[in-house]
Amino acid sequence: MNAGAQSNAFDLSHSTVRELNAALHGLKQGSNALFWRITHPGGLHAIAAGVDAPVTIEVDGPVGYYCGGMNKQATILVKGSAGVGVAENMMSGLVHVEGDASQAAGATAHGGSLIIDGNAAARCGISMKGIDIVVKGSVGHMSAFMAQAGTLTVFGDAGEALGDSIYEARLYVRGSVKSLGADCIEKEMRDEHKQQLFERFKLAGVDGQIDPSEFKRYGSARNLYHFHVDNASNY
Amino acid sequence: MNEHVKAPVAPRTLPRESATFDAYTLSEIRRAAATGIYDIRGAGAKRKVPHFDDLLFLGASISRYPLEGYRERCGTEVVLGTRFAKKPIELKIPITIAGMSFGSLSGPAKEALGRGASQMGTSTTTGDGGMTQEERGHSKTLVYQYLPSRYGMNPDDIRKADAIEVVIGQGAKPGGGGMLLGQKISPRVAKMRTLPEGIDQRSACRHPDWTGPDDLEIKIEELREITDWEKPIYVKVGASRPYYDTALAVKAGADVVVVDGMQGGTAATQEVFIENVGIPTLACIRNAVRALQDLGMHRKVQLIVSGGIRNGADVAKALALGADAVAIGTAALVALGDNDPKWESEYEALGTRAGAYDDWHEGRDPAGITTQDAELMKRLDPVMAGRRLANYLAVMTLEAQTIARACGKSHVHNLEPEDLVALTLESAAMAQVPLAGTNWVPGQDGRF
Repeated sequence: MNAGAQSNAFDLSHSTVRELNAALHGLKQGSNALFWRITHPGGLHAIAAGVDAPVTIEVDGPVGYYCGGMNKQATILVKGSAGVGVAENMMSGLVHVEGDASQAAGATAHGGSLIIDGNAAARCGISMKGIDIVVKGSVGHMSAFMAQAGTLTVFGDAGEALGDSIYEARLYVRGSVKSLGADCIEKEMRDEHKQQLFERFKLAGVDGQIDPSEFKRYGSARNLYHFHVDNASNY
Repeated sequence: MNEHVKAPVAPRTLPRESATFDAYTLSEIRRAAATGIYDIRGAGAKRKVPHFDDLLFLGASISRYPLEGYRERCGTEVVLGTRFAKKPIELKIPITIAGMSFGSLSGPAKEALGRGASQMGTSTTTGDGGMTQEERGHSKTLVYQYLPSRYGMNPDDIRKADAIEVVIGQGAKPGGGGMLLGQKISPRVAKMRTLPEGIDQRSACRHPDWTGPDDLEIKIEELREITDWEKPIYVKVGASRPYYDTALAVKAGADVVVVDGMQGGTAATQEVFIENVGIPTLACIRNAVRALQDLGMHRKVQLIVSGGIRNGADVAKALALGADAVAIGTAALVALGDNDPKWESEYEALGTRAGAYDDWHEGRDPAGITTQDAELMKRLDPVMAGRRLANYLAVMTLEAQTIARACGKSHVHNLEPEDLVALTLESAAMAQVPLAGTNWVPGQDGRF
């Protein structure tokens, strides 16, 4: 913590999520309230949603839906598992889940990074628009559905229909892929991609521990970018 | 037979076209056979369905006395979002501008909508493409749509909005996602939507991070948290099961429910979808109102009705059936200059005519409204077009007031179903008002 930085404790067994978020939203530029420790989250929803400040928020336990939703700038560490839509529509900052994440982790997020130490359920990275997601475990079915931009890196396996109707996002998977969705294909892993993957390893704090060449890259075949009768059966 | 005697000519019948295989149907079969792809177009259902034209107001009589047309006040203001929002929206007229995206519409068209609506003290609504400066800068009150695609969605814009509309569906295509074909994915549109330029964009039809009413409740809670419970939250549904959808939207925490009938327009959708999915606007209002009444929430959660609203009579009828406000889309575009006969030769060159042009997805709109073509969009002067919209809104408001005063109402919200009768059995059943000249409401008690 920086010298002069203030640490704030927030016990959600005695205070409400509304009070917490109001305090976080009320942070003025240059505030020294840089560290927030939240206890007894108890799976409550929308914890630290809509934060727009360069603060670090540690959550001691599991969170419900939409933790860190639309986050800007903040670093949010969840010491537990996360419910549906963790870091949904994040713009910048970092959300790190030490446990597993439920469905739609990082959905539609435009930027920032999402690290999940455990597994992520279905639709991880759905409609992602620029976020970098690293899942140290496996991801469920329909992950990266309609993924537009950003990267999804999976250390484990991917479920059915990975990258269905994908646009320009890049998917890296080390384990097996149960099936690829419409218009998603395996692509050549060039040096630039290995470099990008290495950057994701650094992000997740595992650089030097994993060989990028163990991963395969997936992306759009771009065959469905335009309506054409001959492609109708692909949908 | 004597060869000099001509055989009588048998009378022939006139050529008879099939009512089932009419000229339009035949042309569609030929088009489908030639292209192998379904027809895509803009606008709403064009088929004839029971509508507000099938209702009449009774006006004043011995038992009801009217208000003086030019002397006695008839209020039109409406407040939306009184249930939970710290900052409800206050509008001077109960006619709002429905969601239409930048992308489907040009920047000048969005600006014109903002100018016209603001002049009359009402709101505009973004669409499936994010918020533009043209629209925010010229709309005093702007509703920000929260759609499955989340194109351009960000917390800064959501906080700049005056209300949030969670879009579950729209009347032209309940169950369908948005479309924007490549001709309109200009560099600016592509950047706003994080898409490659020129692709045929097919938006998702379901929200990516919630499913069902229980999840919706949590999603609304998140949006309220992000906006510090300031903004009214609308939930918009396409008219299909209005009683249950309205009840579930209320249960999920909506401040305002928007029900869009099948005549409501779209920027681009399959013709088969537009004409065959969803129910008419007239058929959904009373059921939505009944859901609110059953929950004790009528007038506490406001109801906005859209889909085929064209004039002040339609406004008055929707309000009489229990709506708090209406929204217009197609009519607003026509007020700006869409389908204007002055472009007739250009419509003909596109294989259509003024009044029938609906290939809005192709981006070649002669009026410069449903386009991203830099030259075409110059044809629309946003100041003049905004003025036309304001004039049109003013006329609609005056018309609704005229009818309300004739019914003895000092506010357009005091209009009620008792003021209405129906001309047809269908409209009587749908609007749940008596067939004119009888006290029979089909489907209620069966008495004449």
